[in-house]
Amino acid sequence: MHEMALCEAIASSVSKLAEDATVTTVSIRVGHFRQVVPDALSFCWEMLTEGTNLGGSKLLIEQIPAVIECEACGAETTLDVPLLMCQACSSDKVTLVSGEEFRIDSFDIEED
Amino acid sequence: MGRFHHHSDGTTHDHDHDDHDHDDAPGSAPAEHDHYADGGDHDHPHRDVGDHSGYTQTGRSRVAVLEDILGENDRVATENGKALADAGVRAVNLMSSPGAGKTSLLKRTLEALSPTVRMGILEGDIATSIDADQLEGYGAAVALVNTSAGFGGECHLDAVMVRAGLGRLPLDDIDLLVIENVGNLVCPAEFKVGEHAVAMVYAVTEGEEKPLKYPVMFRAADVVVVNKVDLLPYLDFDLDKFLANLKAVNPTARVIRASARTGEGIEEWCTWLVGQTGDAPEPQP
Repeated sequence: MHEMALCEAIASSVSKLAEDATVTTVSIRVGHFRQVVPDALSFCWEMLTEGTNLGGSKLLIEQIPAVIECEACGAETTLDVPLLMCQACSSDKVTLVSGEEFRIDSFDIEED
Repeated sequence: MGRFHHHSDGTTHDHDHDDHDHDDAPGSAPAEHDHYADGGDHDHPHRDVGDHSGYTQTGRSRVAVLEDILGENDRVATENGKALADAGVRAVNLMSSPGAGKTSLLKRTLEALSPTVRMGILEGDIATSIDADQLEGYGAAVALVNTSAGFGGECHLDAVMVRAGLGRLPLDDIDLLVIENVGNLVCPAEFKVGEHAVAMVYAVTEGEEKPLKYPVMFRAADVVVVNKVDLLPYLDFDLDKFLANLKAVNPTARVIRASARTGEGIEEWCTWLVGQTGDAPEPQP
C-alpha cells in the first residue's frame, strides 16, 4: 500500500549516488517482517523510474526470512507466521535476529 | 580493493586499479594472470588488452550502497523528536484501522485532559478536515495534515509531513501532542515520525486475528486501547483469544479496555497519556 513511497525513497538514494550514470539494476533486501509486496514494489518501480536515469532498471528484491533467537534456550526458529515464540521450548522471550531488513544493497551502472 | 575482472581468454582475477602497474609473477605463464596479491609496483603486460567485459571497456560497475530504505525518513523523524523534546513536548503516535475510534477517543481525551494539560493534536487524513473539525473547541491546538494536499494521497504520515505539521503548531504552548495517523493498519507502522511513544486503538468489531495479520503495527505499539467494549455482549468477539494473539506478536504491550462511547477506560488511558509527559526516556531511535 505504501510501495510508491518506498520506491521514491529508493530512487532518491540511488539517483543521488549514481548521478548521470545509467542504472541497470538496483538490489535491495526486504525482511519478511516488512509489509511489502514485491510485485507491487516492482510495478511501482517501473512506473516511477520511467523517463529518468533509472528508467528500464530492474529492481532485484531479496527476501529475508524472519528468524528469532530464544533468550531462554538459545534455539533459533525461522518463522512461517509472525508468532514470536520459540519452537524448541515455547518461550516468548525471544529476539528477532533477522526479518526487519529494509536496505538498498547495491546498484549496477553502465557509463556511456 | 579487488575489482573483479573477466578476460577474453576465460581467466579471471581480482585486483586494485589504483595507481600502479601490473606484472605477471615471475615464472608464471601470462595467460594465468598470477598477480602479486597486494598490488604494488609491478607491470601488467595485459593492461588495456583483452576483454575486461567485467566493467572497464563497457563502463559497467557495481556500487555498494548498504543504506536503509527509510533512512532519510528516520533522519527527519529523529530531528522531529529532537525539536519536540527541545520544546518540552512529548508526542504520541496514535494509529488504528479506519473507524476503530481514534477521533472519538481523542474527543473524550480532550474533554478530560485539556483543562489541565496543554494538549496539541496533529491530525493526519488523506483528505477533508472532518476529524480535525470535531476536535476544535476543546482548547487544544489542532493542526491538520491532509496527505493528499501536495503529498500524493499517502496512506500514512511520514516524518516530512509531520515536520510540516509541527511548523503550524505552537509547540512552546504544548506539553502533550497526539499525532492522529491516517486510519490504516498497515502503512503508518513503517514510518517513524518523531514520536516518543506509539498507541493503537483497536475495536472489538475488528476480530481476534488482526495482530497476526498486521504484526508490524501491533509490534510497534506501547499501548493498545481495546475500544468499543460496550459492544462485547452483542458480538462473538473472543477477547481472550485476541489478547493471546496480541501477546504472541507483542508480549510487552499494555492493554487498556475502553469505550469512547460510554467513557469506560478513558481515565486509565488518560493516566497513561499524562504519564508520557513525565521525565520519560529519550525519543525512540
